[in-house]
Amino acid sequence: MAKNKRKLLQGNGACVEGAIYAGLRFFAGYPITPSTEIAENSARFLPQVGGRFIQMEDELGSMAAIIGASVTGMKSMTATSGPGYSLMQENIGYAYMTEIPCVVVNVQRGGPSTGLPTKISQSDTMQARWGPHGDYNAIAVAPSTVADTFTETIRAFNLAERFRTPVTILLDEVIAHMRAIVPIPEEGEYEIINRVKPTKPPEEYIPYEITENYVSPMPGYGEGYRYHITGLTHNTYGFSTNEPEEIVVKLDKLKNKIDKFQDEIIKLRVDNMDDAEVAFVSYGSVSRAALQAVSLARSVGVKVGTIQLYTIWPFPYDKLKEICSRCKKVIVAELNMGQIIHEVRKALSADVEVLPLQRYDGEILTPTQLLEKLEEVL
Amino acid sequence: MTETNQVDESRSKSKPQSKYDYSKGPLPLKINLEWCKACGLCIALCPKQVFETDRNAKPVQARPENCTQCTICWVHCPDFAITSNYK
Amino acid sequence: MATVVKQKSDVMLNYLRPKMKFPSVWCPGCGNGIVMGAFIRALDKLGYDRNNVAVISGIGCTSRMPAYMDFSSLHTTHGRALPYATGVKFARPDMKVAVITGDGDALAIGGNHFIHACRRNIDITAILINNYIYGMTGGQGSPTTPSGAFSTTTPYGNVEKHFDACNLAIGAGATFVGRATVYHYPQLEKMIIQAMEHKGFSLVEVVSNCHTYFGRLNRKGDASVMLKEFKENAVNITKAKTMTPEELENKYVIGTLYVNNDKTEFCDEYHKLMDIAQKRKK
Repeated sequence: MAKNKRKLLQGNGACVEGAIYAGLRFFAGYPITPSTEIAENSARFLPQVGGRFIQMEDELGSMAAIIGASVTGMKSMTATSGPGYSLMQENIGYAYMTEIPCVVVNVQRGGPSTGLPTKISQSDTMQARWGPHGDYNAIAVAPSTVADTFTETIRAFNLAERFRTPVTILLDEVIAHMRAIVPIPEEGEYEIINRVKPTKPPEEYIPYEITENYVSPMPGYGEGYRYHITGLTHNTYGFSTNEPEEIVVKLDKLKNKIDKFQDEIIKLRVDNMDDAEVAFVSYGSVSRAALQAVSLARSVGVKVGTIQLYTIWPFPYDKLKEICSRCKKVIVAELNMGQIIHEVRKALSADVEVLPLQRYDGEILTPTQLLEKLEEVL
Repeated sequence: MTETNQVDESRSKSKPQSKYDYSKGPLPLKINLEWCKACGLCIALCPKQVFETDRNAKPVQARPENCTQCTICWVHCPDFAITSNYK
Repeated sequence: MATVVKQKSDVMLNYLRPKMKFPSVWCPGCGNGIVMGAFIRALDKLGYDRNNVAVISGIGCTSRMPAYMDFSSLHTTHGRALPYATGVKFARPDMKVAVITGDGDALAIGGNHFIHACRRNIDITAILINNYIYGMTGGQGSPTTPSGAFSTTTPYGNVEKHFDACNLAIGAGATFVGRATVYHYPQLEKMIIQAMEHKGFSLVEVVSNCHTYFGRLNRKGDASVMLKEFKENAVNITKAKTMTPEELENKYVIGTLYVNNDKTEFCDEYHKLMDIAQKRKK
């Protein structure tokens, strides 16, 4: 990889650069607008660093292949958009159940179905939490700039390895396709987390052992550990079970490993909230508009602030409640018909008024539109 | 399964008999009755009619002297319930 | 590479996972057990380091097999064993990767992955145990259920035509294709050895008995009667080449049906490409 300090990159390109920096060495994908460049960049750059790229026959195969590669010990990723993300859900669920780390990039576009291949939307936010069937906890992150995409991709890999879970990166189409300067860190400048390997010998190894942080050590293939991985609900040895006690242990593990360690996952950017009476809550490209809107509003004395969610799931209920405790009104700005707004309502106390600002015509929310809404509510 | 329980006279008359002499040692085969599911494959496939069924339909070595250790029963047992005491 | 090993009759006991419950979950007399035995004995003869063997399956009665065996086992989602296996093999080309699948798993929901794995000629061995029915879910028709046959979803007889999995694989680009039956054990074991040793995508289709559903619904008899039927109706490929299509109807053509050692293998080719890519790195 080039040792340039700064590169002009497309959002999708920054994602691949960040991934390679984080240790990505296996990518399987299928072309779909607006994520295709992630596959193309991976195809070009991965073999250069000793990694592997394969274009699979469909998204289901892509998700399956990256899980298979991750089981052997490699960091792996795939990228898609709404229709492909829907196809991947079953195998993402498999990765949740079997606790196999991997990263799935969803460059969101208008939906449902084929929708708007070249236009922006943020309507897969709920699907990133509830897509696969069953009970599990999810992690999803949302960058808002091209440079963010680089760093959030590294963070996504670190979270996947730390928590042994699939992590979704919710990009939006506009960020994926815009170009900007990205500072590229030196090797070692950013922390890279790798999955914990077992220290016990193979005879004593318990594949899904309940540890202190509920995350079991995971060996790679060929290291002397042979164990069974199955999507059936299983006990700590990895074998399928129908015993109620064992079922509860497994599902609690999936929940607790994320629930009880949310502090390591939640990331927000908070601006001008100390004395704010009104707040914007947003994520992705909308947060850029919110920053600009707040800057303009503050210049004429309006007490407004903005909260950007870098981590969408697990949703930061407590943090949000704390930050908005002095607010009278909160405007949730999203490029959909209202998805995160429901979580914001759950988080805040009843005396904070939560108001929607939703755009779902395939265009971005501009600072002007946010200011107009602000004027309306004041 | 009824057809397999009759001793085929023509077959057991064919010479030579097994080269193994089981009179001084253990029976030709070891049958794990816990793993055996009484599927009847070994009894049906044995070319020398070594087996009969017990009252649980599991195999009994009724004619051990016929056994030539041909392997057919133990390679076809889906539950690995038969192994040889000689091979 | 296969050496003649004096194998003991209890060799498979060394390869069964001690923590799994035996006897297996399969019906008494199910051909899956016979194939598991053949697979284990074949691998024992091949002498692979079992840390280097990955066995991957989808969903179905057949796909329960890997859990019982002491290799690195991966029991995945319905129809997707082949792309999972592609990920494993491509990430670790040094490993020996086998896929255990069934007629429904590989040819219905998994059909797309099946043809692409063949096309890619990736060095994986797929053992497709064909019992002509969906056994696990209670006897529904599968893509190999013969025309006219009965199943719970074809209660008046199957009006659909059925696949010939081997022809499909050959057409899609597989470079070792063979068919065996659970009756003809020595041929089955030998074919698994050849398939594992073959560099490229290998398919071993195993004609097997589901007497519980296919057999019962079509009055085929119990396990031993079904195996005897496989014996009666199996025709070796050399003989089959001299027979007419009418004569071959309802027959199982067994043997090594196709071998091509000249086609390049996917992982090998990608490695060459990695050298080129690294030279082009700016």
